[in-house]
Amino acid sequence: MYVAVKGGERAINNAHRLLAEQRRGDKKIAEIETDQIEQQLSLSVTRVMAEGSLYDRDLAALAIKQGRGDLIEAIFLMRAYRTTLPRFAFSKPIRTADMDVSRRISATFKDLPGGQILGPTFDYTHRLLDFTLMANSEDPLDAPSGEHPVDENMPRVLDDILNYEGLIQDEPVPVDDTAPVADLTREPIKFPAGRDLRLQNLTRGDEGFVLALGYSTQRGYANSHAFVGEIRYGTVSVEIEPEELGFAIDIGDIELTECETVNKFKGSKTKLPQFTRGYGLVFGQNERKAISMALVDRAMRADEMGEQIMGPAQDSEFVMEHSDNVQSTGFVEHIKLPHYVDFQGELELVRRMRAEVEERLAKLEADEAKSQPEAAE
Amino acid sequence: MTAQTAQTAGPGQDHNPLNPPQTKAVDGVTAARQRWMSVLARTPRTVLETKWADTYSDVKWSHLREPQIGMVMVRGRAGGAGQRFNLGEMTVTRCAVTLSDGTVGHSYVKGRDRLQAQYAALFDAIMLRDGSACDFIDDLAAAQANAKHEHARKVAATKVDFFTLVRGEDE
Repeated sequence: MYVAVKGGERAINNAHRLLAEQRRGDKKIAEIETDQIEQQLSLSVTRVMAEGSLYDRDLAALAIKQGRGDLIEAIFLMRAYRTTLPRFAFSKPIRTADMDVSRRISATFKDLPGGQILGPTFDYTHRLLDFTLMANSEDPLDAPSGEHPVDENMPRVLDDILNYEGLIQDEPVPVDDTAPVADLTREPIKFPAGRDLRLQNLTRGDEGFVLALGYSTQRGYANSHAFVGEIRYGTVSVEIEPEELGFAIDIGDIELTECETVNKFKGSKTKLPQFTRGYGLVFGQNERKAISMALVDRAMRADEMGEQIMGPAQDSEFVMEHSDNVQSTGFVEHIKLPHYVDFQGELELVRRMRAEVEERLAKLEADEAKSQPEAAE
Repeated sequence: MTAQTAQTAGPGQDHNPLNPPQTKAVDGVTAARQRWMSVLARTPRTVLETKWADTYSDVKWSHLREPQIGMVMVRGRAGGAGQRFNLGEMTVTRCAVTLSDGTVGHSYVKGRDRLQAQYAALFDAIMLRDGSACDFIDDLAAAQANAKHEHARKVAATKVDFFTLVRGEDE
């Protein structure tokens, strides 16, 4: 238990000033601007927005600067900020089918309509350090342009290609599509959790945690052999329908990464076998997270698919209660805060127990000493 | 279009409970307004501010609702088409203005720029009043479409062309 302590104000103030000084670093070196972070560390920005669960590039850049590049600290700052804002509306469900893609690939079909679009990717790079970046001599290269833009309407691999033959399960749409949607920012998580709550939890979940769980499903801790049916990254417009207007308006674009996995099939003697699905959708460009999310989403559908629970990724309660890095770091790190009173109690207990044992040992020794001379005789 | 028709097109629309919002039919006037509001939401504050100062600085107006920063909870669908879920929030700024003739303009724009929201609402009102910012909106729309087109061409240059390899072998 943590008990409040008083005092140490001057030390705390000075510690924060030292922190600020160290954040700034060597004053001979130019101070980093949040615009530079927003533009040039854009994947950090993306992660902070996704796990901070607030899409705002400038705020994410500021949080990264303030947190000295500690992304979990930055995520914490974003979460704290979002609690200060009112919520105006819920958007209409975004249409990823209409995404303006910057990248779109499929690992299941080579020649798919619309093509394999690599976009800005680290894939196929050699992972060799590029020392020209260190020398700041990187010319701002203009990427080449194709003669024609990419197709505006890219068919979806799972819905438009695989499902055309009925080879994959449909995504079930509830009969009442206006029913309330679970929201873990307003109500505590309850189990069994619906897929809506699970997806919300995963998309804001810690990237490393979701990655590790996704990996565990591939290593045999849930048998759901997955292919990446499609990954797309790009921008979609967000629409809301304000009451005062009574019609939908488009308020701007956000970047998203979407991953749909094609998983092992299900069928029976009387039911035609079909592939099953996993789904990942995250703010910004983050394929690692989107793929991991799809793997874990599929694993958590074990109940629905009548599968035996064999691994932690299939256990919704385990996954959802440990995926949030702000919650995790809060509890893990709180043990470094003063626990003096608590510890005094423990200390006394241990001292008393030791005294009791010592007493008992002393008594035993005395008894033994008494009996030994007799034995010698 | 006239201000009157556009204004009545808003809240007076039919709300048929059997017709989900996604498929709600909109009339031509509402469609035109949706277009310019979408263009304005994507236009940086400085561009709107400059145009307002150049052309409409003598227009009298007042805030009906001061610019306010808040959030919209963005929703997705499982598998892109299935059950709805809450993806995460985004910052949004809204504003409402009234011109001296009573025309009301609204805006909801991504981000936290209060002045961008204010000018977007002002241009919405101008468009409802007399459509006089029509050319300005068209130019902005063309610039936005062009930027999108140029980006889509750069993206297209990263398209894997398997057939080229096959043709290469034939030569």
